[in-house]
Amino acid sequence: MTALKLLHPLIALAAAPLLPGVINRTKALFAGRTGQPVLQLYYDLWKLLRKGAVYSRSTTWIFRLGPMIGISVALLALTILPFGGLPAAIRFEGDLILFAYLFGLARFFTIVMALDTGSSFEGMGAAREATFSTLCEPALLIGLAAITKYTGSVSLSQMFSSLRFSDWGQAGPAFILVGSALLIVFLTENSRMPIDDPNTHLELTMIHEVMILDHSGPDLALILYAAALKLWLLGTLLIGIVVPVHSGHPALDVLIAVLCMALLAVLVGIIESSMARIRLLHVPALLIGATTLSVLALVLTAR
Amino acid sequence: MSFFMLGMLILLAGGFVSLCVGRRPVPASLFGSASAVAGSLLAVIPSFQVLIRGVSESWQTDWTVPFGSFYVQIDALSAVFLIPIFGLSAVAAVYGATYLLAYREKNLGIPWFFYNLLLIGMALVVVARNGLLFLVAWEIMSLSSFVLVTFEYERPMVRQAGLIYLIAMHIGTAFLLVFFIVMGHQAGSLDFTKLSGTSSSVANLLFLLAIIGFGTKAGFMPLHVWLPYAHPAAPSHVSAVMSGVMIKTGIYGIVRTITLLGTPPAWWCWLLILIGVSSGILGVLFALAQHDLKRLLAYHSVENIGIITIGLGVGLLGIHRNSPLLAVLGFTGGLFHVLNHAVFKGLLFLGAGAVLHGSGTGQLDRLGGLLKRMPWTAFFFLVGAIAISGLPPLNGFVSEFLIYLGVFKNAPGGGLASAVVALMVAGSLSLIGGLALACFAKAFGIVFLGLPRSPLAQHAHEADWTMRFSMAVLAALCLLLGIFSPAVVLVFQHVLPEIIPFDVSPIQKELESASAILQHFVFASLLLLALTGAFTVLRKLLLGKRSVRQAVTWDCGYAQPDARMQYTATSFAQPLTDLFRIFLRTRKTISLPEGLFPADSSFHTESSDISERYLYAPVFQWVGLLLSKLQWLQHGRLQIYILYIVLVLWTLLIWKLM
Repeated sequence: MTALKLLHPLIALAAAPLLPGVINRTKALFAGRTGQPVLQLYYDLWKLLRKGAVYSRSTTWIFRLGPMIGISVALLALTILPFGGLPAAIRFEGDLILFAYLFGLARFFTIVMALDTGSSFEGMGAAREATFSTLCEPALLIGLAAITKYTGSVSLSQMFSSLRFSDWGQAGPAFILVGSALLIVFLTENSRMPIDDPNTHLELTMIHEVMILDHSGPDLALILYAAALKLWLLGTLLIGIVVPVHSGHPALDVLIAVLCMALLAVLVGIIESSMARIRLLHVPALLIGATTLSVLALVLTAR
Repeated sequence: MSFFMLGMLILLAGGFVSLCVGRRPVPASLFGSASAVAGSLLAVIPSFQVLIRGVSESWQTDWTVPFGSFYVQIDALSAVFLIPIFGLSAVAAVYGATYLLAYREKNLGIPWFFYNLLLIGMALVVVARNGLLFLVAWEIMSLSSFVLVTFEYERPMVRQAGLIYLIAMHIGTAFLLVFFIVMGHQAGSLDFTKLSGTSSSVANLLFLLAIIGFGTKAGFMPLHVWLPYAHPAAPSHVSAVMSGVMIKTGIYGIVRTITLLGTPPAWWCWLLILIGVSSGILGVLFALAQHDLKRLLAYHSVENIGIITIGLGVGLLGIHRNSPLLAVLGFTGGLFHVLNHAVFKGLLFLGAGAVLHGSGTGQLDRLGGLLKRMPWTAFFFLVGAIAISGLPPLNGFVSEFLIYLGVFKNAPGGGLASAVVALMVAGSLSLIGGLALACFAKAFGIVFLGLPRSPLAQHAHEADWTMRFSMAVLAALCLLLGIFSPAVVLVFQHVLPEIIPFDVSPIQKELESASAILQHFVFASLLLLALTGAFTVLRKLLLGKRSVRQAVTWDCGYAQPDARMQYTATSFAQPLTDLFRIFLRTRKTISLPEGLFPADSSFHTESSDISERYLYAPVFQWVGLLLSKLQWLQHGRLQIYILYIVLVLWTLLIWKLM
């Protein structure tokens, strides 16, 4: 049983770096390029982990501590989140609140880490990150409240195991609304299009990438790894709610969940290929829209 | 009770001694702070006894004042407030011992005497069980804190702050006076007794009077206007006490009123939640727009009072709807946050004081890079910043978590009302949390990180050991209250039955279940700390033998990075302040560079309080205009003033005869 509980963190640790690879390959396909290998992030991580580091003179221990907090938070979140029928190692009533707030801790350190360099570009990224993530929080928590209201469970593990496809028949509209809100949260928190452009070459237009400009070597490797894990974590949350598969065979459940993650990565690739980044000034409108969707979902489940 | 009285006596005696030797700074500080520490530590003992045993202690004696009786009681509810009051005051007194020495040209006996008097006032407010005694204690508290606020009375800003504080406090007290008169009229005595058989309209009136009267002290929006003036003006250890515990006496007053008024109608609960939501969100928004560190912290007090009030509102809703779950988690969350806020806000004000002391300025945009010059202060401030942002694994998260847990567990079933309360609480707490995070990332990042933005910041020095010791104690408490939260929650088992009129067993059951849930949280927190430690070691090992170089910050190839190119506090907050401009009404003054050879250009923002500009300024102007019509009454002739007195006395006599 203990081994089973650790299975999700292990799967995630092994497979999460695949997601950016899948996204990039999808984008390449749309653009008519061959694109980078699916395993590119693994190569990058391996390369960075073997390197030394360069630090800005203005930085302090905050700058060095930040990446450690980021990766620890991601690992802890993995133990709270159930995946494809696999139980979560840590589960208790209210764990979904801890799950949401853990990302807050990581964000706090990402922001102060960026301010530590004294660079105006990184300050700019930090200000945007603070703004957009703040607006994401109500969408995420109200969305989870709607699911809690519907399923009656305050724990992610209970919530995921009690959801069935038949629930779509009963509360389909609410699920669509929460799913859309969580998708927007997923894209924002992971700095994807249409909120942030991870491929841009101009520091002025970036959010997440600009905040880690000064990191190098193993620090950067851990940041990139944590970012891939965050993609996995929020993706799992979205899939666990929207695609509640319970086939009866644990192995099949896990396989389907992994497949859904791959499909989600393809979906992100499609979104990024078919949309331009919206103007930064208009992002808050999108995020407040996501909150509104969550609120509507909560009202619908309250009938 | 005898320890409590002994502690009070030590405070009073120490204050007097300090006053007598006031002209000599070192003995005055020594006597003042030693007596404050000794008195607080003695006086707090009965509170622990009451909380553990669950038996309240009281003491009553006659008083010659009409309607008054010297009736004091320490029950579990008082104890929960007395512990942070004495605890924080003792720690702040240690800090103040050296902090005040920077003003050695002044008479230091005066601030120490009034500091001790403030402690006595706060303690008496919480233990008084007679309306008149309560009001006397309330005035002692307000007036002694007024003297402390105006400590640096040479500065016009401080005098203005003192005046605003004095007026606001007395408007609040006026409402409390009416409150106690109506209350005493209903109960037949000014001693606190639970009202029964009161008509609902009288109960409603009493509730509203309490909300305004106590809310002025607590700092509810829009009654909070004095707060951002008074807290920054006071010496920092006094700001810590005022913001950490003094404003909580307002919360105490509201909770005590709730216990006296009987079953609440629904609208009381919704009103409290609404007040909490608006104070919380607007408080943190205004904090975000501030340029001064202590003013920023003062607005955060408004925000945290909002969170506490949300908790109380949820708890009251639990009483109204007969739900032990909501009542227990709401009140426990709210009251636990009272304790937590005392710890981390105290810590942050002491940290701000160290910054002010070490650099000479609290202007965010003139600071920067202080971590390298004040490493300890920076570390303690960081702990406080994480705690106040409500982030795991520190104490701030736990109290917010309990409130969340209440509304989430209550959400299934219960129809629309439970959905609405979940929506209001989850929506506002998450927004407040996000904004507080942004605000404290800004405060910490701009003050302590990056490069110094002025020579003042460049030459800053670290605080001395007494100040560091005080901050270290509070920082350790931030972690300990988080790690031991399962035990701390159980302390409330004797407190909640004082507030919640249910059987004891369901209350006990809910508390135990909350404590069990928090054990999982503690396990997760410890895991997080262990993981961080492990990764730090791993990083050390990886980098051990490799080349680790220092270079300039990457600035896109620009060769001359400069401290003035950094993001400032204003620019960091700009996306959020722009987004919420309908609330903030920030005034911007811009002069753009113009022409082929642009000369000076400037940019200035100012976010003054909306309630001050659009509510109080017009009202006070109108009142002033009205009262100026009565100016003919005042002409400075003493005889005629005495005549007025005689006339009033006659009138009263005739009225009595009729």
